[in-house]
Amino acid sequence: MKEYQTITEISGPLVFAEVDEPIGYDEIVEIETPQGETKRGQVLESSEGLVAIQVFEGTTGIDRNASVKFLGETLKMPVTEDLLGRVLDGSGQPIDGGPEIVPDERRDIVGAAINPYSREYPEEFIQTGVSAIDGMNTLVRGQKLPIFSASGLPHNNLALQVARQATVPEEEGDEESEFAVVFGAMGITQEEANEFMQDFERTGALERSVVFTNLADDPAVERTVTPRLALTTAEYLAFDKGYHVLVILTDMTNYCEALREIGAAREEVPGRRGYPGYMYTDLAQLYERAGRIEGREGSVTQIPILTMPGDDDTHPIPDLTGYITEGQIYIDRDLNSQGIRPPINPLPSLSRLMDDGIGEGLTREDHADVSDQMYAAYAEGEDLRDLVNIVGREALSERDNKYLDFAERFEAEFVNQGFDSNRSIADTLDIGWELLSTLPKSELNRIDEELIEEYYQEDAETVEAEA
Amino acid sequence: MSQATQESVREDGLIASVSGPVVTARDLDARMNDVVYVGDEGLMGEVIEIEGDITTIQVYEETSGVGPGEPVENTGEPLTVDLGPGMLDAIYDGVQRPLDVLESKMGSPFLDRGVDAPGIDMEKKWEFEPSVSEGDEVAPGDVVGTVPETVTIEHKVMVPPSFEGGEVVAAEAGEFSVTETVVELDNGEEVTMHQEWPVRRARPSTEKKTPREPLVSGQRILDGLFPIAKGGTAAIPGPFGSGKTVTQHQLAKWADADIVVYVGCGERGNEMTEVIEDFPELDDPKTGNPLMARTCLIANTSNMPVAARESCIYTGITIAEFYRDMGYDVALMADSTSRWAEAMREISSRLEEMPGEEGYPAYLAARLSEFYERAGYFTTINGDEGSVSVIGAVSPPGGDFSEPVTQNTLRIVKTFWALDADLAERRHFPAINWNESYSLYQDQLDPWFVENVKDDWPEERQWGVDVLDEEAELREIVQLVGKDALPADQQLTLEVARYLREAYLQQNAFHPTDTFCEPEKTYGILTAIHTFNDEAFKALEAGVPVEEIQDIDAAPQLNRIGVQEDWDAYIEDLKAEITEQLRELY
Repeated sequence: MKEYQTITEISGPLVFAEVDEPIGYDEIVEIETPQGETKRGQVLESSEGLVAIQVFEGTTGIDRNASVKFLGETLKMPVTEDLLGRVLDGSGQPIDGGPEIVPDERRDIVGAAINPYSREYPEEFIQTGVSAIDGMNTLVRGQKLPIFSASGLPHNNLALQVARQATVPEEEGDEESEFAVVFGAMGITQEEANEFMQDFERTGALERSVVFTNLADDPAVERTVTPRLALTTAEYLAFDKGYHVLVILTDMTNYCEALREIGAAREEVPGRRGYPGYMYTDLAQLYERAGRIEGREGSVTQIPILTMPGDDDTHPIPDLTGYITEGQIYIDRDLNSQGIRPPINPLPSLSRLMDDGIGEGLTREDHADVSDQMYAAYAEGEDLRDLVNIVGREALSERDNKYLDFAERFEAEFVNQGFDSNRSIADTLDIGWELLSTLPKSELNRIDEELIEEYYQEDAETVEAEA
Repeated sequence: MSQATQESVREDGLIASVSGPVVTARDLDARMNDVVYVGDEGLMGEVIEIEGDITTIQVYEETSGVGPGEPVENTGEPLTVDLGPGMLDAIYDGVQRPLDVLESKMGSPFLDRGVDAPGIDMEKKWEFEPSVSEGDEVAPGDVVGTVPETVTIEHKVMVPPSFEGGEVVAAEAGEFSVTETVVELDNGEEVTMHQEWPVRRARPSTEKKTPREPLVSGQRILDGLFPIAKGGTAAIPGPFGSGKTVTQHQLAKWADADIVVYVGCGERGNEMTEVIEDFPELDDPKTGNPLMARTCLIANTSNMPVAARESCIYTGITIAEFYRDMGYDVALMADSTSRWAEAMREISSRLEEMPGEEGYPAYLAARLSEFYERAGYFTTINGDEGSVSVIGAVSPPGGDFSEPVTQNTLRIVKTFWALDADLAERRHFPAINWNESYSLYQDQLDPWFVENVKDDWPEERQWGVDVLDEEAELREIVQLVGKDALPADQQLTLEVARYLREAYLQQNAFHPTDTFCEPEKTYGILTAIHTFNDEAFKALEAGVPVEEIQDIDAAPQLNRIGVQEDWDAYIEDLKAEITEQLRELY
């Protein structure tokens, strides 16, 4: 291992150094400043005689006399089951004052892609206890389902609620499957981090969690490593140790900002809005690390959270995310200001893996039809609201008024359940039927006739009328 | 590589620099697009630029840990695919490495580096049945025998296009591996089942003809309103969540092509797994055999190396052309061409090329048109006819169709299926916007529909389109004044249009019966709604209030036709019932 004192240029998070031996791409570097501080970095570009190094902890304090040491290996994450219950910083060092971590193995953090042939298609329903998710946008094991939120909205509460309540309804006789949470925070404030930590501690979730925190005032470049450390840990727990791992990554927007910062420092040709052209590939390398593998016990399920700048879902970050992930959950500002908790707007939300994870034997035989019909009915009610603003309710037909009522009750009863209530899927569907039964049978054109026979509540209309 | 080329150049070099998938090498004597093996691990790459003694290479695998000074070995050949029996029922990555073989070779569910495998099994014995005998004259492209490749597909062994051809001196039936000679010619040329072909070059054909037959998809809105021809091109652009992939899957499942090549380019891993798990269990609607028996899958998911994403489209179309040469109708689905374009952009930016629009390379339009031009209805070089239809999904950022990939694609393709986020949000699936979409094949395909389905197919379709157009206009007014403010006849038009949308345009891909709708049934549903329309307007003229017309019990049954297996009788009964109930009102 050779040490160099050959730094030629320092620019933003990048350091350029001259070398006289070949250095591998992505290799890890230690830079020691004259003050004795050690910083870690990674080789971004390697050519004969010159390497570009991206420094995780920021380049402050580095001068041309700093010494550069190449460790001869790519960045690794020490993994062990003992990580459960631990709190680490954004580059994987413990910060909870606990004992030193003795790794079983050190894994490359740039995970290799799962061979699509070896994957198992996710179709096991995860009950989150949140009606708007379970009923309308069902989550399954091995899925990646982001939360599209924006500043000032309670996405963290929703993430916590899901982390707390998520279970897989087991059939009798099955062994209790082990559940773990890996939490990767990128650039969130200390206050937000405390919120998460307190909730983890209060509910006892911490002992089955691994927490990585890169705070808002930690170096931005470190953020590009944090999710990879988290996912490497998650993959180890899932595919080697058989845990069902839920990975929560927040906030992906900060991650992408860090990518842009590095791209700009490298003087790369920028893509849309200054983000690097390879952002799709980069994000895919994170999100695609969710899944199930044939013959392996565990699974990795991802819930990345991102805040859409200006509530704009065509912004490159939500846009590219949506193209990679298997659906999205929208947090809605209007619903939030109406006091609906959680303020999930089911209309733009989607779970792509829902169809195979629900139905008879998985959830309930009426699930797909009920969810379809509620979407259609809520969408119709929403449309009519625009009209009501112009012509008033009296001008509308009886049928239209029923849809308007449906939309109201859908928000107030189905979506609005509070962050502390945990509904079983049967409860969720029953509430759905209660609402659908306010519409005439003939309007339920997406539900199988036999199911209407079985579940339609004949007296619902009269109840509504009396009320 | 084909036998006709000169002795390969083999001159090895050393890596000069590494930056992600782009590696430069010094002293490598290579030609453009030669395949090289990079570094100690032998990662596969392709030469994309030569400047002085510096050669730039795009590497198809992860380059972490690779450094300057490591060797680069030149194969002297461009990127080729192995063609021969065994490609159907296979699943490949972007450079035609079989993923199942990779899994067992690597001993891990994760894709490791530096492992190579031929595209077809070189050892496996196939049952060869010659169709020529000694003394026959054969020319390049001629079929010399057949191999039962799968239960559905008879693989035709052809004289490679690079051969001169001549008189057959030996042809015997029996079991052979793909590398063994099955037919010998008098000039010493030996025909095997195995051919190689450089992916970036189209395979030769005699003539491109005007397509006149539809690629029947079993999807009402496609067959009924916006058909694509066998040998045609189509684009499906749409924002995320609007159903591009489901539409592509539906086409791969139900289109009446002989062979389907499905290219998953930079898309989700779980989606490809779904295809891998679903297709073997589904039956081909034409033959009843498993769907995989006619399908070749190419999966280069979004987290697999970006350079292989750039090449997977070419790998797919070359395989498609090979089956076309056998006289088959091949449909190629590319999901998504935007990811392919982005891969070009990513590599172009690493090369520090001058960017064109939105950072895409200036040659984007040329590459897209080059690709779509490889589709068509062809006379093959042996005089047979075969086709390649190409259906490309496009994923425009933010759902904005004005971006370069969509716009450049639309300049080339003749069928446009515009997916619409609003429709998807309403759970109107397939979420194809009928006002924006078009098919330029309509006129040349109508004769087929008239002959094979019903005489008045074009007229019925036009009636449906007119009603939908009228609805679009009326809806603007309704947005302002409400439905009840419209005159009765316009209200009725809206009601008819609603049935067109719900019963005809919507189709449930996940319902066992509704998922496939034969053209006769598509036509049947349309006429049932037409009957309702005619009878309803008669009732209206006779003075029946529009509310009463809307309220008849039979009308909502229109929405149930799609799920009926015995639709023919159901439609006849329903037409009678609607007529009866409406005539009772006056």
